[in-house]
Amino acid sequence: MVYKSNLERVLSDGKFAVTAEIGPPKGSDPDKITSKAEIVKGCADAFNITDNQTAVVRLSSMGGCCILLKKNLEPVMQITCRDRNRIALQSDVLGAASIGIKNMLFLTGDHQSFGNHPDAKGVYDLDSIQLIQIVKNMRDNGIFQSGDEILSSNPDVFIGAAANPFADPFELRVDRLEKKIDAGAEFIQTQSVFNLDKFNVWMDEVRSRGLDKKVYILAGITPLKSLRMTERMKFHVPGVDIPEEIYNRMKKAEDVKEEGYRVALDLINEVKKIKGIHGMHITALFWEDIVPSLMKESGLLPRP
Amino acid sequence: MNVMIITKPKELECLVKSIGENPVFIIGCSECATLCHTGGEKEVLSMKEKLEKKNIKVTGWVVLDPACHLLNDKRLLKKHKNKVEQAKKILVLACGNGSQTVSEIIKDAEIIPGNDTLFLGEIKRLSEFEKRCDMCGECIQDLFGGLCPVSRCPKSMLNGPCGGSIDGKCEVNSEVDCIWDMIYKRLKEKGQLDRLKEIRAPKNWSKSLETRRTL
Ligand code: SF4
Ligand code: SF4
Repeated sequence: MVYKSNLERVLSDGKFAVTAEIGPPKGSDPDKITSKAEIVKGCADAFNITDNQTAVVRLSSMGGCCILLKKNLEPVMQITCRDRNRIALQSDVLGAASIGIKNMLFLTGDHQSFGNHPDAKGVYDLDSIQLIQIVKNMRDNGIFQSGDEILSSNPDVFIGAAANPFADPFELRVDRLEKKIDAGAEFIQTQSVFNLDKFNVWMDEVRSRGLDKKVYILAGITPLKSLRMTERMKFHVPGVDIPEEIYNRMKKAEDVKEEGYRVALDLINEVKKIKGIHGMHITALFWEDIVPSLMKESGLLPRP
Repeated sequence: MNVMIITKPKELECLVKSIGENPVFIIGCSECATLCHTGGEKEVLSMKEKLEKKNIKVTGWVVLDPACHLLNDKRLLKKHKNKVEQAKKILVLACGNGSQTVSEIIKDAEIIPGNDTLFLGEIKRLSEFEKRCDMCGECIQDLFGGLCPVSRCPKSMLNGPCGGSIDGKCEVNSEVDCIWDMIYKRLKEKGQLDRLKEIRAPKNWSKSLETRRTL
């Protein structure tokens, strides 16, 4: 079989895949990306570049992916529906495919009111599920959303999506995953997992519907760097669920960083055991230097 | 009438600034703006008083019936012809449409909109309004149990909810109910949750009359 990307290869081989997030800088300095990439190089199978995450203007995901490609690292380009309509989105998919970006992850996006330009007009011409379906149709049938035909070369994309098992209404959460799979998603990166009980309830339902056989699921892991970050995520980031137990561990810790590292390690070891989990996605923003030892200690090195 | 164009008054300071040169003639509206308490007789008179306190001269006032009715406006404004002509600025306490109907009739003076027009909504309680419709040109609320995510989800998601819906509240504003949570509950009650499994196609925004202006 010919794989679209290294990430797809690792997942198809049944290996536990690892993707790592690289947050692009608030500026045009490529070294800010390459220096982070140097640290996490060899620790993951592909590297996500976020698309103006939390609606804060940063170097574009396409630009960031280009920089990674030059360094021979495989990118996962994140694309949100917040800032672009269907014309720009489809055009970006073609542009990204043309320069060799194979993995793309499609999101609706964080609302603009959270970011550093709250006065902006949000676009939301499409939602993530519609965009996924459109990209699949471009790839498999050479058709744009309008029905017009692609004239030269369909974009060969490994299609990713996000899932949040911790948001409400909980009963709809697996339905939405299923909808994303029906639309064309081939791999899923989940919201950061802290509440293992809830995650397991979600996974039970995922397995009972056989969805883990239809899509690769990468559990989100976010190491907590400080008590402040823990509290911000617990109380202010919509859709994140940090249980009291982890919050208490962080509160009582003498060395908070060390404890955050331990919590992450414990979570990795737990999610590795969950049936139907095919890998993990690690987000250690501004704390990339712990990724190598975290990977090593959890037995995930060397990468296949 | 309990569905209407919801408006809110602009700040007085901001109005005084945009009025600049006076005198002013004030126009209200007998319908939506009256019900919203942004342009009925009471608000028009209180505006007159407030402006006069700021040393802005007011030549007269009228409450149109309603402001968005071109023929009625022409008829009613005729009666105030002199006072309108004396004014340099016309302050309209109606919706954005009402102000433009007025600007079609009064050409010599500058029109100042006194309200910000927000949405088409219903009156929940006295002075409590809720957005219900963006007038998108192709109503699809039947797909969602009679609840409109186009106008009531800040991301207009047709395949919602997003990942930020918590405890039935919207991630964008925790004082607002997540419309997708409401859709879920309503369809569950009706035993129609299956409807949410279908992927809803991208919306046809060209129906929104963007490129046409009259019917
Ligand atoms: S679908 Fe369109 S017309 Fe119908 S309620 Fe929503 S915004 Fe209004
Ligand atoms: S929380 Fe609900 S209403 Fe708010 S943006 Fe998400 S889906 Fe839309």
